[in-house]
Amino acid sequence: MDTQILWFASRATGAVSLVLFTAVMVLGILTAGRAGVAAFPRAAVLRLHRTLSLTAMAFLVVHIVSAIADGYVDLNYWDVIIPFGAGWDPFWIGLGSVAVDLMIAIGITSALRRHLSPTLWRAVHFSAYAMWPLALLHGWGNSGGDGQETWMIAIDVVCVAAVLASLAYRLRPDRHPDSLARRTAKVVHPVRDIGGDR
Amino acid sequence: MTATQFDIGSPALNFVIGHAMPDPYATDRLLPEGRSPSLADHLARLGAMPRATSAQLAQLLEAAGLLGRGGAGFPTGRKVAAVAAAVAARRLPGVVVANCCEGDPTSLKDRVLVERSPHLVIDGALHAAEALGADRVVLAVHDDSPARFTLVAALLERPQTSCEVTVVEVPDRYIASEATALVRYLNSGDARPAGRLVPIWETGVGGRPTLVANAETLAQLALIARFGPAWFGAIGTPAEPGTCLVTVGGAVRRPGVVEVAHGTPLASVLGRAGAPSTGWALLGGLAGRWVDLSATAGVGFSTAELAAAGGSRGVGSIVVLPPGGCVLGETARILRYHADAGARQCGPCMFGLPAIAADMTALGSGDRGALDRLRRRLPVINGRGGCGHPDGAVALAASALAVVTTREGGHLHQHLTGGRCQAPPFVVPLDVAPAPRAATPRRPAGSAFIDSRGRRS
Amino acid sequence: MITRSRTEVTLRVDPIACRAHGLCAEELSEAITLDEWGYPILPSGPLPPELVRRARAAAAACPVLALRLEQRRR
Repeated sequence: MDTQILWFASRATGAVSLVLFTAVMVLGILTAGRAGVAAFPRAAVLRLHRTLSLTAMAFLVVHIVSAIADGYVDLNYWDVIIPFGAGWDPFWIGLGSVAVDLMIAIGITSALRRHLSPTLWRAVHFSAYAMWPLALLHGWGNSGGDGQETWMIAIDVVCVAAVLASLAYRLRPDRHPDSLARRTAKVVHPVRDIGGDR
Repeated sequence: MTATQFDIGSPALNFVIGHAMPDPYATDRLLPEGRSPSLADHLARLGAMPRATSAQLAQLLEAAGLLGRGGAGFPTGRKVAAVAAAVAARRLPGVVVANCCEGDPTSLKDRVLVERSPHLVIDGALHAAEALGADRVVLAVHDDSPARFTLVAALLERPQTSCEVTVVEVPDRYIASEATALVRYLNSGDARPAGRLVPIWETGVGGRPTLVANAETLAQLALIARFGPAWFGAIGTPAEPGTCLVTVGGAVRRPGVVEVAHGTPLASVLGRAGAPSTGWALLGGLAGRWVDLSATAGVGFSTAELAAAGGSRGVGSIVVLPPGGCVLGETARILRYHADAGARQCGPCMFGLPAIAADMTALGSGDRGALDRLRRRLPVINGRGGCGHPDGAVALAASALAVVTTREGGHLHQHLTGGRCQAPPFVVPLDVAPAPRAATPRRPAGSAFIDSRGRRS
Repeated sequence: MITRSRTEVTLRVDPIACRAHGLCAEELSEAITLDEWGYPILPSGPLPPELVRRARAAAAACPVLALRLEQRRR
């Protein structure tokens, strides 16, 4: 097989993965922000978020496997999950490895969501806010060559803009009646014992 | 009466045979006449507490048919058995919480019981703790309640036990004394109910099996442990043996707490408070039902009989309205209280209760549409809250609607046309301030009567 | 005679966790409706078997996992 194909495949699927993961981030942020319209209700936003996350993971697998199988650069399978130890471009590849680790954690906890505590699931899922920028930086800084191309920078800018825009939507003040109603005083007092102690 | 005249139950149960039993036919079991609440007098009257294992205690309570006196009426024997099973299965010591809080403002019985017989309540709590292998007993009272000093003083009179016994102050809110709210408060300081399915008998205070029992329930438990199910059931009804405490208030001459045998006709209970057997009364507390006293005069005071007559036992309080009293207006007030008293943690409570409170108020002001809104909303809110609080409010509202649309149609017409009625001032107490002192009452001979401040009269 | 054991599936919601997102009603509109304030009204008895798969989707759609399926073998 012409190894160039694997190399191009890795570069292409890398870019596509980034775009897909950006879409997943945006949809996730919108779901949390209660976004939905009659034509595309909230349940649909959530479903698309989940479906695209699987698609993005598929593209990511191709990106990783083709990079390693290509053999041109010194990458092993364990470099995928153990960061900063690769023979080639350890730092920038390492960023990608950290992102992969976080993605695996997010994926597993989401698959087992019913059986985990909601707090644990939410905490791990929140690390997506670390995973996505790491993926973006990995794509920008790695020595594969495309990171500095104008078209790739343009894609990066659009991705960042999309996430920032969704965050702006997400971080608007929460005026949902349920949130407002819950904000009134909790019936909390420090537990005081008075006397009678033995 | 000496012990030999009764079947004192299974020989395996260690009843206090040496001490003379109190007269089983007297109704002053919990609130004895002419006694101070000192430990010496308490032991002189009743003798020492026996010991029991959890199996024996559960069996004993089952045989005695003791039902919880906090409002839910759950069989205490089953509750103890459940906690005991969890203690055995999880191999953890249990915790006993004596609920002396009494969040319902219409009820004064636990307050009075603790003032008059603190040692009986503590006896019950410690006995249950010993049976369940508990190493911690909590006596829960509301902030600023005088009961806390009485309990501390009573504890200081008693000998040391291996159990850690503490008096804990709980925020003075209606829902803070709900069982799961108490447990949650003791665990984290957050006094809101934790949810209907939380098994506090398995995982309660400190994650340990916890028994939460009303003060009166524990006091009755202490009597059953000493004198047995046969003595306990000598008065009362077969389904509900023994006595209970009833708070009578509102437009009555001698408001306060009385101890009656289950099955005592309502007219007789009311008579001891100087209340007539006519007019409307709220039975069961703020989550209770409205009854027409003239129709229910002969109904016996017990959970089953009151329910059959369209009433409710609830927390065992009766608030009598004055002649011409407005059920609609009182209910609107109570619903507004319920709306404020919610824990703010579930939709039906946060939105449903204020909505029906507004509807009932609007109905009183003449809004006909409010009737339809109430009829639509009440079944929607019922049963969907995080605890029983919205259900109680819904039941009260439904009871009020039934009254004003059927029996008091003329009165409702007054509201719908004039927007108000000629009712006298409201009487249902909605804060926990003690009732104003009644004029010096003439105490009928032979009654055991404690006024609302816990004073003998 | 062969008796088949069925598994009965009932929908349950934790009212305290529920934040009125309403995704459950979108996923299973035949069985779940929202009250006027946005909180779910669930059917009282077990679900008909043809709705169970969609009920699982509804429970999975809840962002706070307030909706659960309760299974009982009959």
